[in-house]
Amino acid sequence: MDIVVCVKHVPDTTEAEIAIRDDERGIEKRGLVFDINEADNYAVEEALLLKERFGGSITVLTVGPPEADETLRMCLAKGVDKAVRLTDGRFEGSDSYATARILAEAIRELGRRPSPIGYDLVLTGIQADDDGCGQVGVTLAEMLGIPHAALVISTETEDGKMKVHRELEGGLHEVLEIELPALLTIQTGINEPRYASIFGIRQAMKKQIEALDLGALGLAEEAVGEAGSKTSLVRLFIPEVTAQATILQGSPEEVSSELLTIFKNEGVI
Amino acid sequence: MGEIFVLAEHRQGVLRDVTFEMLGKGQELAAAMGAPLTAMLLGHNVEGFATELAKHANQVLVVEDERLEHFNSESYQQVLAHLIAEHKPGLVLIGHSAYGMDLAPSLATQLDLPLVTDCVGLELEGGQPFAVREMYGGKVSARVAFRQADTYVATVRQAAFPVEEGAPLGGEVVAVDSPLTEEITYRKFLEYVEAAVGEVDITQADVVVAVGRGIKEADNLALVEKLAKALGGVLAGSRPVVDAGWLPPERQVGQSGKTVKPKLYLAVGISGASQHVAGMKASSTIVAINKDPDAPIFKVAHYGIVDDLFKVVPALTAQLGG
Repeated sequence: MDIVVCVKHVPDTTEAEIAIRDDERGIEKRGLVFDINEADNYAVEEALLLKERFGGSITVLTVGPPEADETLRMCLAKGVDKAVRLTDGRFEGSDSYATARILAEAIRELGRRPSPIGYDLVLTGIQADDDGCGQVGVTLAEMLGIPHAALVISTETEDGKMKVHRELEGGLHEVLEIELPALLTIQTGINEPRYASIFGIRQAMKKQIEALDLGALGLAEEAVGEAGSKTSLVRLFIPEVTAQATILQGSPEEVSSELLTIFKNEGVI
Repeated sequence: MGEIFVLAEHRQGVLRDVTFEMLGKGQELAAAMGAPLTAMLLGHNVEGFATELAKHANQVLVVEDERLEHFNSESYQQVLAHLIAEHKPGLVLIGHSAYGMDLAPSLATQLDLPLVTDCVGLELEGGQPFAVREMYGGKVSARVAFRQADTYVATVRQAAFPVEEGAPLGGEVVAVDSPLTEEITYRKFLEYVEAAVGEVDITQADVVVAVGRGIKEADNLALVEKLAKALGGVLAGSRPVVDAGWLPPERQVGQSGKTVKPKLYLAVGISGASQHVAGMKASSTIVAINKDPDAPIFKVAHYGIVDDLFKVVPALTAQLGG
């Protein structure tokens, strides 16, 4: 089974302080730690599990700057066969639609080569932790003209088809059957992502990461970046606080005793 | 801008809340534009839903087809593409739900329409729609513009807008012939699978102590479990803890897990992603312990402690005599 996985190199902002840039169209990236997007990490693992079972190849793609090689190299270290970074200054400002366009063109380009890289399956994470759009995967499926399923939480492969569970709300799953080639957007928790071995990391250092730009993809300049986007970021702002918790001050012992009083007053204990 | 379309979302015989939230917002936007509000209802034997929706819209377009009994993004996309091409609405609202996330991006791409996902705000300015959505786990908001088009598409975050209980609109129910021609063979709905019940029903507890990513390691869970016990409550968790396999899925609080409304909800090391908040915000008293003062959980909590959970949890447990 030949699999293409699309990944994104994103900043971890869970516990970080965020500052909005002066132009209000981005955040200050300095000082932030970047890593593979969480859901994409599960997508890579799902690809590795499928390859272990059925053979074939895995290619990872990312749209990003040279620093994204860090994420690509980690994928190579885990057993991904080929990594391609789609990089061009003119890609900057691309929204989900334009990003999907770049990915779709790259997948087509790989398939046109003398030794083509085809695919039976395309995987993405359900959404990126930075913009949270959850849009690239399903858009890409439409551009490639293949069926898709979003929010996939388990897969089973049988004779050119897959049986997948989609996560609905309230703990409910939907089971569906989908013909390959198809695109699945992978939800976190579907598997247990492995860590790269030291040996794998060493091997990955020797592997080549291919970089493709606008020209290599044969895309027009108007098809990417802000010109190729269907939405645009007007400005970022820190959300207005409508309600805020009463913050208890003091040592752990002091706040604990204050909490105890609150619990008693509220009739909880 | 033309009329406003809202896709009615239903499952297992129930119209989902997000439908009425979108109709409420849609009504506000329609009034501002002087445009009618239309609900689109796709399904099989859904007359009851049509009657209900007619109270909240000026018109209900009903596409009755047994192939629409269960949601399938492929068949929904075909039907919606047909309805949008026929009626050319100004704005189409779809829930940012498991259904909408599976449907809206491919629909918008097929029709070459601009789409903004997971909107928590929608407004008109000079006849143009603008969306507000969250980024970086809710720490930053973004105002987003759509590229000029005849029809705009937005997916709307669940529970972001209130349900308006106004006077019934008494909309007209219009049956539309199903445009579906052949059976879709490349994607088939098979069945629903309900979540396992598990040993403990966290929805029935008066006190829920929930743990999040801040717990760092599985071994540290015992610390919080002790606190839960001292409070006579149950231990629950947010998605990352369940994804890591440290707690079973039936203990997950949030949109894709359980919704709880205990007397006390104690969030330990939980940042407060919107999907989590959706499952606990109706709790009577919410207390959050998190070392990040900017964590969104402090916007929903009544009381907050900005400190290291590994110091506060043992201190609190000790004072409870645990």
